[in-house]
Amino acid sequence: MSRLNAANLDLAQEIIGRYPVARSATIPLLHLSQEQNGYVTRDAMQQIAELVDCTAAEVYGTASFYEMFKFEPIGKFCVNICRSISCHLVGGDELVEHAEHVLGIKPGGTTADGLFTLEAVECMAACTEAPTLQVNYRHRFRVTHEDFDRLIDDLRAGRLDGEIPPHGTLARERQHIPADRAAGNVSPDTPITPAWMEAAQ
Amino acid sequence: MTTYPWAAGYVAGDRPQIVTARFQYEDSHTLERYLATGGYQGLRAALAKPAASVHDDVKGATVLGRGGAGFPAGTKWGLTPAGKFPRYLVVNGDESEPGTYKDRLLMECDPHQLIEGCLIACYAAGLSQCFLYIRGEMAVAHERVGRALNEAYAAGYVGKNILGTKFSVDIALHWGAGAYVVGEETALIESLEGKRGEPRLKPPYFPAAIGLYGQPTIVNNVETLANLPWLLRNGVEAYTAIGTQTSPGTRMVAVSGHVKRPGVFEIINGTTTFRDLLYGEEFCGGIRNGNDLKAFVPGGGSAPWFTPEQLDLPFEGRLVGAAGSMLGSGAIMVMDSTTDIPKAALSLTRFYAHESCGQCTPCREGGTWLERILSRICDGHGTTSDLDLLIEVGTSICPGDFPHASSTKLGLEATPFPYKMTTICFVGPSAYAPVHSALTLFREEFEAKIVKRTSIPVTVGH
Ligand SMILES: Cc1cc2nc3c(=O)[nH]c(=O)nc-3n(C[C@H](O)[C@H](O)[C@H](O)COP(=O)(O)O)c2cc1C
Ligand code: SF4
Ligand code: FES
Repeated sequence: MSRLNAANLDLAQEIIGRYPVARSATIPLLHLSQEQNGYVTRDAMQQIAELVDCTAAEVYGTASFYEMFKFEPIGKFCVNICRSISCHLVGGDELVEHAEHVLGIKPGGTTADGLFTLEAVECMAACTEAPTLQVNYRHRFRVTHEDFDRLIDDLRAGRLDGEIPPHGTLARERQHIPADRAAGNVSPDTPITPAWMEAAQ
Repeated sequence: MTTYPWAAGYVAGDRPQIVTARFQYEDSHTLERYLATGGYQGLRAALAKPAASVHDDVKGATVLGRGGAGFPAGTKWGLTPAGKFPRYLVVNGDESEPGTYKDRLLMECDPHQLIEGCLIACYAAGLSQCFLYIRGEMAVAHERVGRALNEAYAAGYVGKNILGTKFSVDIALHWGAGAYVVGEETALIESLEGKRGEPRLKPPYFPAAIGLYGQPTIVNNVETLANLPWLLRNGVEAYTAIGTQTSPGTRMVAVSGHVKRPGVFEIINGTTTFRDLLYGEEFCGGIRNGNDLKAFVPGGGSAPWFTPEQLDLPFEGRLVGAAGSMLGSGAIMVMDSTTDIPKAALSLTRFYAHESCGQCTPCREGGTWLERILSRICDGHGTTSDLDLLIEVGTSICPGDFPHASSTKLGLEATPFPYKMTTICFVGPSAYAPVHSALTLFREEFEAKIVKRTSIPVTVGH
């Protein structure tokens, strides 16, 4: 069953509660669902549609626009190597080739043991630390071919499990707005002048 | 110059620090360190005055937008229709322009500074709710900002009746999911509404008029907002004492590529020259391996390229604009004499072709065409007519004279940024910018790849 489990459903309601318009929670809920199941399923999109009050097709329309959402299972570790200009200039393309060789797959592929998915991606905001890669969206900087081999060994042996959660887990720490501290949503339908602006007038 | 393992890339120096002062501390992201180093004092100073007076400070200090366009924040805030509420603040933390690396550092290393900046903006411009949109691929930034928000709520800095005043505002952390074009402010808003991140048709030119949920909305970059706590704490005079009159304060600049020591620097705005940055000992220390400089991109992947001729220009928006390029997102990419120029252009063009949202035909089709033609040239399968074809496809995206410092080489007058364009947003023109620069400046390199191929005799009978 790929619908959200009870704990995640509570979390989903909490997230929806932060937005004046429920549909704004679509992307965060897709992440939540991908975190639970490893990828985004049809059932999940149906459920998200019910939760944010739109159609499943609209949820799919949104989900399919964004690269981070996967619609079938991928490896436990998604290895994204940057090939944009700053990395390209100092060996990013060669690093992709090396990774293809080491893992025995092409970008887009997953190793037979289900551990690694390789992707050649665009700039990930670490350009001075090129060539750069990310494993499950955690950066590695100035990666030599030897660094890469060691990284793969470490991941295989589970030595980095504490630092790098399995694919899907975006952030291990979440925002929680305590009920007694919340200012509350401001709906677009309530044309109220904020109290501190009134004071100024 | 000093570096810190927890702030990879950042290089401190003997320079004023407005936004990076806390990077020296390993625990710079905690509330404890923040409060011990002047944290939330800017907010206190702001709340002690009427909102309009805080807005005046930001106008007076001419805090220029750091997201790309360099539009003054105070002026932008004033574009909301009078008396129309609610208004929203959307923070642009989508940093993904090739070469750009600063907002992620600011979010990971000093999240409270950003939160304080958001609060000051909301107070000054009467914004009733804030959404902090962070690029999906930045897991650590999400964790740091999430934790900082939880701390700030618990301590009474965010939420209901902030610091016991009438000022109440929620800040919601929002996740992106991987799409460069979402950094364009109207696409950011669409994405925040739960939709595909497709830029909206203009006009209206500013979401300040019609933005999130159809309401007035201010979109500001992370670095822009990160400037506000210091400004409010130290005052307009102290802020404008740094930098130049048209570009006050500091700016974060990432220099990457073929320099000896690539890095992210907080520099004095408007005065530091490209030569200082590329060759200065306190910055990148020259080109790697003692090579010659061939060209550099002064302001993010979409900026027209400069050559050694422009090295003495200061990092100042108007001057760089008049020279036919832009400062954009504060990203300089350096190419030395060993660079394969057509391949470098291909890397940049492929980025924009790949990131096209597909709404506009010139961008969707034109970008792909440019990429394909460049690819075949780089693979040795190009023909001479391909070079004309590149220009033909490019000018269907950006008609007329293309702004470039070296446009005179094509017999054109250099015209300042921005381009004329046939598309909704700048992604289309950005796909052509590197091709245009590369072809204008280094046409012979393209020709060499073509000549090589046509000079190989065709063998028969395999
Ligand atoms: C294609 C495109 C991508 C952009 N990406 C970003 C981005 O990642 N971050 C950002 O702050 N601004 C980006 N911008 C600029 C924003 O549209 C907007 O001008 C900016 O966020 C406003 O903030 P500022 O006034 O504080 O600079 C982008 C613009 C375009 C056209
Ligand atoms: S220019 Fe490209 S990215 Fe921008 S709206 Fe048009 S198709 Fe989309
Ligand atoms: S170009 Fe590779 S991280 Fe920016």
